[in-house]
Amino acid sequence: MDFRVGDDQRALAEGIRAMVAGRLPLERLRAREGDDRAIGDDDWAALTETGVFALTLPEPAGTGLGMADAVVVFEELGRALVPGPLVGTFLAASAGLVHGAAEGGAKVGVHDAGAGPILVEHLASLDGLLVFGSGGGRGARLLAPAPDSAGAERLLAPLDPLTPMWRLEALPDGEPVADPEDRLARHGALLTAALQVGHATEALDLAVAYAKERHQFGKPIGSFQAVKHMCADMLVRAEVARAGVHAAACLADAPDVVASEAQGAGCAPGEFFERAVRGAKLLADEAALGNARGAIQVHGGMGFTWEVPLHLHLKRARVLSTTFGTPADQAAAMAAYA
Amino acid sequence: MDLRYTASEQAFRAELRGWLAATLPAVGEPPPHDDWPARRAFDLRWQHLLFEAGYAGVDWPVEGGGRGASPVEQLIFKEECERAGAPYVGVNFVGLLHAGPTVIAEGTRAQKERYLPAILRGEEVWCQGFSEPDAGSDLASLRTRALRDGDHYVVTGSKIWTSYAFVADFCELLVRTGDEGNRGITWLIMPMDSPGIEIRPLRTIAGTLEFAELFLHEVRVPVANRVGEENDGWRVTMVTLSFERGTAFVGELLECVRLLRELRQLVARLGLQGDAGLARRIGHLVAAFDALWALTKRNVSEATRTGVPGVGGSVFKLSFSEHSQALGDLAMEVLDRAALCADPLLGSDGSALGNDEQLAAWFKAISSTIAAGTSQVQRNIVGERILGLPRSR
Repeated sequence: MDFRVGDDQRALAEGIRAMVAGRLPLERLRAREGDDRAIGDDDWAALTETGVFALTLPEPAGTGLGMADAVVVFEELGRALVPGPLVGTFLAASAGLVHGAAEGGAKVGVHDAGAGPILVEHLASLDGLLVFGSGGGRGARLLAPAPDSAGAERLLAPLDPLTPMWRLEALPDGEPVADPEDRLARHGALLTAALQVGHATEALDLAVAYAKERHQFGKPIGSFQAVKHMCADMLVRAEVARAGVHAAACLADAPDVVASEAQGAGCAPGEFFERAVRGAKLLADEAALGNARGAIQVHGGMGFTWEVPLHLHLKRARVLSTTFGTPADQAAAMAAYA
Repeated sequence: MDLRYTASEQAFRAELRGWLAATLPAVGEPPPHDDWPARRAFDLRWQHLLFEAGYAGVDWPVEGGGRGASPVEQLIFKEECERAGAPYVGVNFVGLLHAGPTVIAEGTRAQKERYLPAILRGEEVWCQGFSEPDAGSDLASLRTRALRDGDHYVVTGSKIWTSYAFVADFCELLVRTGDEGNRGITWLIMPMDSPGIEIRPLRTIAGTLEFAELFLHEVRVPVANRVGEENDGWRVTMVTLSFERGTAFVGELLECVRLLRELRQLVARLGLQGDAGLARRIGHLVAAFDALWALTKRNVSEATRTGVPGVGGSVFKLSFSEHSQALGDLAMEVLDRAALCADPLLGSDGSALGNDEQLAAWFKAISSTIAAGTSQVQRNIVGERILGLPRSR
């Protein structure tokens, strides 16, 4: 057993980080705040060229990697606040559901069929929409083409300025997607959890950097234990969640390990994998939300403004915490596995 | 990132599991908590069984007489022992996990030959004399004084939190031989039958006599019992800490997983399974303990490559201790008035409520943010050594 992040995975993450820093820096992304389309076609092409959506497709169409590699990549996308229908497009590409998803020709969104108003993200950009059962549950349906945004109500004040939203009166039925073992729902939750770990990590890094540089009472505020201990708690939240996400990703790649671990735990393999993913999503949601809040507190008044990007991390984390099940959904489902 | 065990790791697990299944039925139930002579006999017998089977000092290097198992094998060892319900390390704790590794790393050849085999065979018990009433988190301020008198040190002072003191043969003792601070400290082996040692039990919050206070009145300790150089004891102590391979709390973590499972069964028996708030708190703890198990595997994997568990040790302890407290609090709420006594109680269906064990775990969890480095000290370590924030002091 070697559960360290491998050298190849570190290199992959650094490559994505460098690409995003060069091609999709935050000031460029923020130029589209309030836009119908949160990410431009050329920026989407940059992601596609890097192979982000085809990571797990076999060569030559993809790079033949696993979910353990995909989560490392999605952590970087979360850190950098890259907007757009990232998870749905990855799922559609990896399962071959929508032509062109892997190559940048099609964007696919996700939607949780829960109670309450039907709010769909990125609708104007979408070529397809994957609809999942409520609370990260089973039964995926594919709407392709996606519902026409022209017939939907564009919301004028979406929480996240880089996640445009539309309200629909009703969703068409769409086509049921063959999804053995709820693979799409689980992998979608896992990738969303990876984005959240990215947000948690970036919020921590921003807080620590500020705590070192900001002086009050003649000292860096990070020398005060009240601030230092908040930062320590943020690291703990991020690292525990990351371990959970990475473990679930390893299980996604290793059915043999799932089978043997499930046997030891006295449950079906599918249940064991669901437990790993739901637990990871729960802790990742909490880490992203908790660390964004913590980083805002460390930044004081500036944290409450648009001058620093922490509000974007907090808002994106809230958006992501409502897809593939809320923390409350995950916790309720996890109780069965005690 | 790979969670697959290698063939040799699987073979290690299978062999150990077979041995535990064959051996444990004859081991019997542990004696009552406060019957120290019986506990000593029970724990030493278990250690001797481990020794005869080649599992004594599984984490010790081969040159120290141990098995030299890899960190992953150490993890498997602790996991299998906990799952099989094997006896806890008990009175062998200090010898196996602290004093022995220190002697291996820093002792003379004569000291290794004298002390190590007896620890491994389950013949001698050690205790620890580090903390003092006025030197807790700030251990380097310790004041127990050792004055040189020929080929002896004459030691006067007091020590606290000394578990197993009543049944120990030796004490690993930190004394002040030089100036203030961590450069004036020396590491000694003090025979517990030396004249001048007074032991006063300290009753814990759980009512048990786990700890003791040691009062040392001019205790004569041979200079030959010094490990490392005079005034170099702080470094000697730190070397031992580097023996940790990320497996320190494996038994406690798996115990919490078991207690949570029993709590959920109790919730069902009490007809509380429809309580959504309760269910979510249980579910949250499942997620937390699962992730901490994953973090354990990560730390062990780091230790395999680098020799130390990386940043993970403090991170693990901070998170685990708080979740173990959350579990304890939840159990107390579920048990309601049944948690008001530690006598084993039966529910209306005639089966055990488990209140005795949950109550003990609740108390133990309270100590977990204090013992082995308080959570406040751990947060300083994380903040300063991992995040690089400026020192507070």
